[in-house]
Amino acid sequence: MSAAPEPVADGLFTWPADQPHLLGSGCVDCGVISFPAQSSCPACTSVSVEERLLGRAGTLYTWTVQAFRPKPPYAGPEAFEPYGVGYVELPGEVRVEARLTVADPARLRIGQPMELVIVPFGDRVTYAFAPVDGPGDGGRS
Amino acid sequence: MSGPDVAVVGIGIHPFGRHDGLSGRTMAVHAVREALRDAGVAWTDVDFAFGGSNDAGNADTMVADLGLTGLPFVNVRNGCATGGSALVCAWNAIRSGAGRLGVVVGFDKHPRGAFASDPASYGLGPWYGETGLMVTTQFFGMKTQRYVHDHGISPAALARVAAKAFRNGARNPNAWRRRPLSEEEILTAPMVAHPLTQYMFCSPGEGAVALVLAPAADAGRYSDRPVHLRSAVVRTRRFGSFEVYSPSLALERADSPTVDAARAAFAAAGIGPDEVQVAQVQDTESGAEIMHLAECGLCKDGEQEEWLARGVTEIDGALPVNTDGGCLANGEPIGASGLRQVYEVVLQLQGRAGDRQVPGRPRVGFTHVYGAPGVSACTVLSR
Repeated sequence: MSAAPEPVADGLFTWPADQPHLLGSGCVDCGVISFPAQSSCPACTSVSVEERLLGRAGTLYTWTVQAFRPKPPYAGPEAFEPYGVGYVELPGEVRVEARLTVADPARLRIGQPMELVIVPFGDRVTYAFAPVDGPGDGGRS
Repeated sequence: MSGPDVAVVGIGIHPFGRHDGLSGRTMAVHAVREALRDAGVAWTDVDFAFGGSNDAGNADTMVADLGLTGLPFVNVRNGCATGGSALVCAWNAIRSGAGRLGVVVGFDKHPRGAFASDPASYGLGPWYGETGLMVTTQFFGMKTQRYVHDHGISPAALARVAAKAFRNGARNPNAWRRRPLSEEEILTAPMVAHPLTQYMFCSPGEGAVALVLAPAADAGRYSDRPVHLRSAVVRTRRFGSFEVYSPSLALERADSPTVDAARAAFAAAGIGPDEVQVAQVQDTESGAEIMHLAECGLCKDGEQEEWLARGVTEIDGALPVNTDGGCLANGEPIGASGLRQVYEVVLQLQGRAGDRQVPGRPRVGFTHVYGAPGVSACTVLSR
């Protein structure tokens, strides 16, 4: 049995895990949540923060499709495929920027339910969000 | 802050675009000499200078070409707000009495293609760039996507902004993109970052701009048409604003640094946004011009749709915007863009904008730049 592939960075998400979570930080003083985890609070300047697991489900706040291969340090596969990017609002927590598992504008709409998935990225893995209704829902309101 | 009023008494530019074999610094020296000539002064008359580029080296090395006079020359590097920030420094220097005749210069020269950024220089982990999230075009695609959703802006409006830019650029001999494009050509161009197509984005480019500043009381010595720099303000992002290179955003949106800088600039000038007769707002993408118009207080959210349909922001409209073609037609040499905006407004207020002159002798102008990772600089000018 082979070992689980490496994450793109330590401390971004729980891995390996059956139900992975993003790792954020919460301010002990004002409650504001940040991703990735940081050692101070960007809202109230407190340095009293705790790591926390973020929720796995949210809604799409906004999105686009990256249509050209970014310049280095982009480290994606040589054969470029456009990919979706969006901010997913985790209720009561924070809006997280992420790659999306779909890149078809017809299947992306603001407000649609999304869930966290861990996806291959070259020979490593990274986090992304996928439409909850799966690839067949059409994503239209 | 009290202190003498400040005037722009000389302006100089090196044409924007691509200039193989010319360094950014060489273009900057050209722009400074043009500005000195416009003011009728020599480099030896200059008390201080502020300047910068993002990718084309240190501004202060220009003294080797301009003359080693020993003047204080401070380098400024503040993303897309580099030129605007240098201008704020010079404005403060004159207001404080630290010097009387100052030069501000911004220039740049970028490789072809989209900007590439190093995550570490923005305090971000390598993974952010490696996984393809650190792309400026992406950010403006996403911010625009949400804005058009919330405020009912159509794809046609996004195309109208770009079509206007290229029409205005065609009238500007210093612009890079001088071929008018139809709204149809813009709308049907390849999508770069949905909902923005290829022609709705500016390209990184090359160019340089310099200004000569003096106390307004002295301005008559240098210029028969001095333009008052009523205010120059720079602001960084507050918690909750939607900014480029943000791995996460707060649940509650806060005003952007553009809102803060514009509000402070108008307050310091004692002039309201409703008094502006010619404006330059950062239009690195057509969606950016639409959003920044509202953030600067020049229109209400959503009003842009009707404004663009009615031609309000055209050169002969009620509020001409980006009369020189903006970033879309001039390209984006980061260090130079903010000062290009001031250069254009000065030309317009002086009535020397030639084929693109705003009719009706405008008296009040405004400029706005925005840059990574959430910085904005605004000026209010009047004659």
